[in-house]
Amino acid sequence: MLAAVLSLGVLSVVFGLLLGFAAVRFKVEGDPLVDKIDAILPQTQCGQCGYPGCRPYATAIASGEADINQCPPGGEAGILALADLLGRDPKPLNPENGQVTEKMVAVIDEPRCIGCTLCIQACPVDAILGAAKQMHTVIEKECTGCDLCVAPCPVDCISMAPITQTIDSWRWPAPEKARMAGSYR
Amino acid sequence: MSANLFHDGVDILHGQRRLWSFHGGVHPPQHKHESTNLPVIRAELPERLILPLHQHIGEPAEPIVQVGDKVLKGQMIGRAHEFLSAPVHASTSGTIVDIGEYAVPHPSGLNATCIVIEPDGEDRGLEHPRVGDYLQLAPSALRNLIREAGIVGLGGAGFPSYIKLNPGKLDGIDTLILNGIECEPYITCDDMLMREYPREIIAGLRVMQHALQARVCVLAIEDNKPEAFRALHDAALHEAGIEVILCPTIYPQGSEKQLIKVITGKEVPANGLAIHIGIVCHNVATALAVHHAVEHGRPLVSRYVTVTGAGVSQPRNLDVAFGTPVRDLIIQCGGDPAAVKRLIMGGPMMGYALHSHAVPVIKTTNCIIAATEADIVPPRPVMPCIRCGACADACPVMLLPQQLYWYAHTNDLDKVQEYNLFDCIECGCCSYVCPSNIPLVQYYRYAKGAIWTKEREHEQADIARQRHEFRLDRLAREKAEREARRRLKKASLAKNQDKTPHTEEAVDND
Ligand code: SF4
Ligand code: SF4
Ligand code: SF4
Ligand code: SF4
Repeated sequence: MLAAVLSLGVLSVVFGLLLGFAAVRFKVEGDPLVDKIDAILPQTQCGQCGYPGCRPYATAIASGEADINQCPPGGEAGILALADLLGRDPKPLNPENGQVTEKMVAVIDEPRCIGCTLCIQACPVDAILGAAKQMHTVIEKECTGCDLCVAPCPVDCISMAPITQTIDSWRWPAPEKARMAGSYR
Repeated sequence: MSANLFHDGVDILHGQRRLWSFHGGVHPPQHKHESTNLPVIRAELPERLILPLHQHIGEPAEPIVQVGDKVLKGQMIGRAHEFLSAPVHASTSGTIVDIGEYAVPHPSGLNATCIVIEPDGEDRGLEHPRVGDYLQLAPSALRNLIREAGIVGLGGAGFPSYIKLNPGKLDGIDTLILNGIECEPYITCDDMLMREYPREIIAGLRVMQHALQARVCVLAIEDNKPEAFRALHDAALHEAGIEVILCPTIYPQGSEKQLIKVITGKEVPANGLAIHIGIVCHNVATALAVHHAVEHGRPLVSRYVTVTGAGVSQPRNLDVAFGTPVRDLIIQCGGDPAAVKRLIMGGPMMGYALHSHAVPVIKTTNCIIAATEADIVPPRPVMPCIRCGACADACPVMLLPQQLYWYAHTNDLDKVQEYNLFDCIECGCCSYVCPSNIPLVQYYRYAKGAIWTKEREHEQADIARQRHEFRLDRLAREKAEREARRRLKKASLAKNQDKTPHTEEAVDND
């Protein structure tokens, strides 16, 4: 009994120390330029830029290793904002990194899910809920639409669906340019 | 002034307070008399009433009935849980036949959740307890009663009224303005309401005055409504502290900040609220609804709606139960819904085109224009801006519409905000006067939406960044824990090996 209490105590002290150490050791150093670039990136965390997430790509841009046109989810607006921040000329999206697509959301066909947890391990923002051997669900609000959970699923029960528009998310469209305008008498 | 403003030989405008004016404004053709010739009648109940749970600014109400339930007129069917929300009541007696997605009045044409009632034809009301003397009620209890009655601003905005009946930190407010301006062309529902219920409107105004502890009440009416003005003037003749005022007609005088300027000469600060300068505005129809709720315990289940335009042969005002489809109103006013070229909800300046005539009348519906070729100017080509400045002269907010247009059209969302896009009230004066036919307001609506979308995306990205960093931390922690456990195991194994010979020694020593 005493031994158990003691060893647990020792364990907790060791973990505590390790955690403290990890916090210091793995702390992302705040580089102001990287922060600014990261603030522009869409945080989809999809890896299409060739880096394992938005922040690594931001770091690579800051160090001059990567160009500013590698992020498809950020689209043209993202490239323009980066060019503006860094005082460079904007350029079109590099097709090697993919194409600009409409933002989607992952949907799990729940009856087919076998509860393997592979999608949970793939999701960069912990947007999938579920335990081993239990049905999994995507928290729609948190899903960034990165597509990373689709491939790992062994039974192909995850698909990407367009986001349904509601009255709250609807916005007035831009007037078609140089058209005809009507009014009332 | 064409109106007969002499009453028993006395100029009733004598002694009226000095009025101010606001910058700009326009005088579009009125088209009001068309719909004031016939008396107001009750609209027939439709086969099905479609009641959206979201008829106001704020959070939607939540249904508290189920399909199959029998309900009485005035029974609450959607409850408001949030502060900024309003409940929904059954507008007649009948059976709940569905709770689902239906087309609602909105420029998007999208569906939203509605409760559908099949009327039983008896129109039986729920017995509501009467309040008695509201002066004995604490203002907060009064506000709660008004909230429970589902009352929202009936002038068009639909802001829950009980919130605007709270003086907040003040002991009381200075001026309560009751808005009977109705400045937009075609719309006459407030005019008819004022002609028919002057005493009840004054009674409602008194209730509002009590809730707000207002020092002065001013009821403002435009001079194109002489009948309404005289009715209210007479009703308020022996009421101390209520001024009924006639204002020269100009659009958009009914807009809150412009009206406050006209009545008090004061400017509401940009990004500020009227109450910050001790003033609150309510609409005349809202005052009547408050009177019904407080004196008769009657929740808000119907309103006056103007049905007009060349698409109906008998343009008039109808007393409409909420949930009645627009189609039914057009038919009752002698129109053919299929022949209507364009269906507008609201007025020609600030209203929007409906996608379907199946949408229901809701709390904020003041007018339906069934427009045909006769109402619509044929489309004219949009030409480049010639920088004539007419739009800036007309803008009641003193913005620079041509600059706003320029930046909205080139998608420069930062610049467009620097030119105070969010002060624009979307009144349409600038588009109305533009000689180049540029649909200016449409650009401002688009730019506002684009900015909101961008802000939302930023918030979502921040959340995603946080969740991602959280996950990286968690993975690092799990890794560190595994590592620690492995090391500990190794260490204890090594120790056990050390220990074993030692123990044997001890045994030997024995
Ligand atoms: S491509 Fe994906 S991971 Fe890379 S910066 Fe863009 S959103 Fe982030
Ligand atoms: S649920 Fe799938 S698509 Fe959505 S964020 Fe997670 S991994 Fe990406
Ligand atoms: S009224 Fe039209 S043409 Fe004249 S300055 Fe304004 S936008 Fe330009
Ligand atoms: S719509 Fe906006 S910019 Fe145009 S006149 Fe009205 S307030 Fe001014």
